[in-house]
Amino acid sequence: MSSTLLETPSTEVMAKYEAVIGLEVHVQLATRTKIFCGCATGFGAAPNTNVCPVCLGLPGALPVLNRQAVELAIRAGLALNCAVRPKSIFSRKNYFYPDLPKGYQISQYDKPVAEHGFVDIVLDSGVKRIGVTRAHMEDDAGKSMHDGHRDSDRYTYVDLNRSGTPLIEIVSEPDMRSSDEAYAYLTEIKQAMQFTEVSTCDMEKGHLRCDANVSVRLWGAPQFGTKVEVKNVNSFRFLKMAVDFEIQRQIGVIEAGGRVQQETRLFNSDTLETVSMRSKEMAHDYRYFPEPDLVPLEISDTWLNRVKSEMPELPTLRRKRFETEFGLNEYDSGVLTQTREIADYYERAVKASTDPKGAANWVMGDLAAMLKAEAKEIHESPLTPENLGELVTLIGKGDLSGKLAKDIFPKMFATGDSAQVIMDREGLRQISDTGALEKIIDEVLAANPKQVEQYKSGKTTVIGFLVGAVMKASRGQAAPGAVNDLLKAKLL
Amino acid sequence: MIITEVNVREVAALANLTLTDEEIPRMAADLSGILTHMDKLNELNTDGVEPMSQVIFENEETATLRPDVERPSLSNADAVANAAISGGGFFKVPKVIER
Repeated sequence: MSSTLLETPSTEVMAKYEAVIGLEVHVQLATRTKIFCGCATGFGAAPNTNVCPVCLGLPGALPVLNRQAVELAIRAGLALNCAVRPKSIFSRKNYFYPDLPKGYQISQYDKPVAEHGFVDIVLDSGVKRIGVTRAHMEDDAGKSMHDGHRDSDRYTYVDLNRSGTPLIEIVSEPDMRSSDEAYAYLTEIKQAMQFTEVSTCDMEKGHLRCDANVSVRLWGAPQFGTKVEVKNVNSFRFLKMAVDFEIQRQIGVIEAGGRVQQETRLFNSDTLETVSMRSKEMAHDYRYFPEPDLVPLEISDTWLNRVKSEMPELPTLRRKRFETEFGLNEYDSGVLTQTREIADYYERAVKASTDPKGAANWVMGDLAAMLKAEAKEIHESPLTPENLGELVTLIGKGDLSGKLAKDIFPKMFATGDSAQVIMDREGLRQISDTGALEKIIDEVLAANPKQVEQYKSGKTTVIGFLVGAVMKASRGQAAPGAVNDLLKAKLL
Repeated sequence: MIITEVNVREVAALANLTLTDEEIPRMAADLSGILTHMDKLNELNTDGVEPMSQVIFENEETATLRPDVERPSLSNADAVANAAISGGGFFKVPKVIER
């Protein structure tokens, strides 16, 4: 049934159904070393060089839990408004695969480190609360490479550098009803994890991975439909596409008189479709049991309270603070808190300036455009936030016209020099001194008798041309307001 | 608790074990015996007794945790030394079908 090509349901048909979506998000904890051994977690090392008896699963090797991994898991739990368990238990999840050398994953089962939380997502229709069932700690598997080698038709290559990397899996309640909500939820999780420095959430390096549970039901149906797990959704765009595809597919199946099979499907990022993973005859039976090699994880009140007191500011709170403290509107505060780096940059720029709103415009406007053009991240910007703040201050004081600032800005970005340094070097200064301006204006008026005549005969719009000419003659240094006033006075 | 031959085949498959037809009834009998003994133990009243999956000892939390400090890994040669097949620094296994 599932492989049968079905017609895309019409909008009217789609509208009869409600989608129910839950996400499982894996986040790599930003530790230096692995969760149960002292091997480095670095990305891009030569294959099988960050490995030891523990993460190779050699007989007799014993895991010892990384304190920092626990610390970050607690922080994640708090960021997700979860209750942190004073005592949690590690369990073995048993399955066979070549990139899982122990034959089991060490995870948490009935007693996860954090549970009963929520995140608030912002939608066009307002704020919606999505439940977080739990967040548990676990170790990652290694990497299998099925293609790309000379003998790939016969062999799979296995690199175990990633084996034992600390993860938390964040499981949501089935509270989302559209791909947009799923997208917003994942965004919120990513921001929360980044702002609290739990993870860098670098998706290209696999630091943030996502599986989606999707089902559909007729509006008002009391029970959920059969759910399908879609794996391998590793970008925000793909999440939206995979969920939308799956909703349509399931409605198509039901409308054609079929039944949705409970199964695991893979999202294929080339065809943008989900495909059934040939399910084993037996349903997954992981035979969880308590990990005998690890004692229960006990988190004392003292520890929990210390982590609480050291929690970095959450994005939601920071957004609010940007609005109250700096007078930003909701849109601007949203843009400026997209990542921790942007928010930090902006806040440093504000500190160095006198005009938070002005600083916001420069960060979101010229700086963002320049970064995009140069394919740079904000933390790679040669232009420091302090220099940007100074630029904003100079504009505010009237030392720089907006025009001049726009000219200087690319030079600041290219050289890393401050606006002041560039102005001094190039002899640029806003001319608001009346005497100096009058001199330039007189020259311009003398050179453009025709326009002067037009103005005097009532065609006052030519003033724009004359202001432009003055600006040009002053190499952009004339204060436009003053020029306007002086011109009008002289033309009377 | 009675373990049937069907149960044995399932568990063997999950554990990647190949059992002969003679072994299966023997395993069923052995496992049934073990679990029947467990049933006997289950008759004990353990209300108010904390499950002890691990040997718990009273200590500060730090005693069971390690600092996030890097320690030397094995060399690549040592890491793959016991592999049946290796190459280019990788473990090589017979082609697996993506699950």
